[in-house]
Amino acid sequence: MTALAATARHARYVIAENPVTGFAFALFVLIVLAAVFGPHIVPYNPLSSDTAEALQPPNMHHWFGTDQLGRDVFSRVIVATRLDFFIAVASVALVFLMGGLAGVAAGFFGGWTDRIVGRIADTIMAFPLFVLAMGIVAALGNTVQNIVLATAIVNFPLYARIARAEANVRREAGFVEAARLSGNSDWRILAFQILPNVFPILVVQMSLTMGYAILNAAGLSFIGLGVRPPTPEWGIMVAEGSAFMVSGEWWNAFFPGAALMVAVFCFNLLGDGLRDMVDPRRRT
Amino acid sequence: MLTMILKRAAMAIPSLIGVVIVTFLLTRALPGDPAAYFAGPAATPQAIQEVRVKLGLDKPLTVQFGRYVDDLAHGNLGTSLTTGQPVVTELRNRLPASAELTLLGLLVSIVIAVPLGILAATRPNSLIDHACRIISTAGVSLPVFFTGLILVYVFYYQLGWAPAPLGRLDVFDNAPPQVTGFYLIDSLIAGDFGTFVASLKQLILPALTLAIFSLAPIARMTRASMLAVLSSDFVRTARASGLSPFTVIVTYAFRNAMLPVITTLGMVFSFLLGANVLVEKVFAWPGIGSYAVEALLASDFAPVQGFVLTMAVMYVAINLMIDVLYGVIDPRVRLEA
Repeated sequence: MTALAATARHARYVIAENPVTGFAFALFVLIVLAAVFGPHIVPYNPLSSDTAEALQPPNMHHWFGTDQLGRDVFSRVIVATRLDFFIAVASVALVFLMGGLAGVAAGFFGGWTDRIVGRIADTIMAFPLFVLAMGIVAALGNTVQNIVLATAIVNFPLYARIARAEANVRREAGFVEAARLSGNSDWRILAFQILPNVFPILVVQMSLTMGYAILNAAGLSFIGLGVRPPTPEWGIMVAEGSAFMVSGEWWNAFFPGAALMVAVFCFNLLGDGLRDMVDPRRRT
Repeated sequence: MLTMILKRAAMAIPSLIGVVIVTFLLTRALPGDPAAYFAGPAATPQAIQEVRVKLGLDKPLTVQFGRYVDDLAHGNLGTSLTTGQPVVTELRNRLPASAELTLLGLLVSIVIAVPLGILAATRPNSLIDHACRIISTAGVSLPVFFTGLILVYVFYYQLGWAPAPLGRLDVFDNAPPQVTGFYLIDSLIAGDFGTFVASLKQLILPALTLAIFSLAPIARMTRASMLAVLSSDFVRTARASGLSPFTVIVTYAFRNAMLPVITTLGMVFSFLLGANVLVEKVFAWPGIGSYAVEALLASDFAPVQGFVLTMAVMYVAINLMIDVLYGVIDPRVRLEA
């Protein structure tokens, strides 16, 4: 309990020191609220079209204007938050499990485990990441689940390497030796000594890669993979609006793109702030 | 020197083997029956069976892999269903368009990012330092397709400075006679200055989009590594010996600071090759990225597989080149090898 209070105090200190992190946190809360309550608070149904109102510029009734089918862009952008946020969180959680566990095992056991995990990571790293993600989604099938999986796979080397390095330096640490001498099995040491120490570093990595995950997923849906119209999703909305950019109806693509940008910006800032909190030495 | 290059080249071989295995597995992971997939949606059961035998899909996996490697060795990447052309031919025809765009984007990015990083490092906490930080944070947050569209809106629709984002040349212009496949170079070789300007105009916006995207890591790395070098002993000695600030920064600090930046270029290329696909879609650029996207949407898998393989092989080759370049610049690396 005291540890929790100390962390909270430290967090308050970091936010006070660095108002940008506080701002990013506020933005994050806003994004989460939009993701949770989005469909219940928007003024219009994101799917209902009204051709009489098509391609209206932003005005009092439609804050972000309307698209080619007369759908309210504001409502669609807000509702899309849930799907984009879900894809990012799910893929980051997935790679956290896969990459984190594989990396910790590789660093702790060494030998063959290390070699196999290292080889898998190297092979993934041999591809330009977005291209590999395209190939995976194309091969496994054009669904949202596969976008999540592909985004997780391309991030695997990053997590595996960090977890491996952190587990490796702790393998011979005093507290691990002590645990071993008191008769703990390897697996017990891994679960109760190594993992809790590697965990915070990986959590920071999660928030740092959230931004990349959301960009990657939106990029895939921009080229027509995963999410299908008329589902509101930022990447596909930008793709649908891109045709109108050359004829001057900018709001169609601009607002979903700006939402995407704000979300990524928020995750990146938050990741930097969290890193300062967990590991002040790496502050840049 | 030669031994070092050979050693590095040998280190790339496991990566290449991994790439070939993964692209092979990607085809076999196709949902449902790969034969039905390759035969196309309108195929009869009999046609599917023919495709199955033709592709060797009735054989065990190891035999199939052997065939796949054999095909690759003969430069055969299969045939596109939608165009009926061999994938290799189409990739080869479209590769120069992508290469010209990517390389120009990288060039623009380096020309902006490196001086920016150096200025930021030599004047910490100054206006330009903050500008550098803001640009590099914003650069990683901007979705590349979004930047491209904004540029199109501002410079084509609003200002009318740029031509319509529809490929490498206006429909009324003729492509220069092919030598390198790079329109900028080919038009100069042909002495056709009009075509040079026309193709440059088409290139500027997509190249700028790629540059904005890849600016951030280069500027950030240049700044960090310049800061580290500027606080080192030999720079202090050079300063104490009364060398001009310009000589100290350019000849002493800059050359040493470039080493980590060159290593970063490997990562930058990974992002650039991916971003290239998105930029090609925005600007209707007839490169290999838009070829792959078209094929993807038509469920035409052979071009996608060929594309992924080509990109990965190029990326491995680029990393190899960067490693060798590193050895050329830094004699210590040569000595170690």
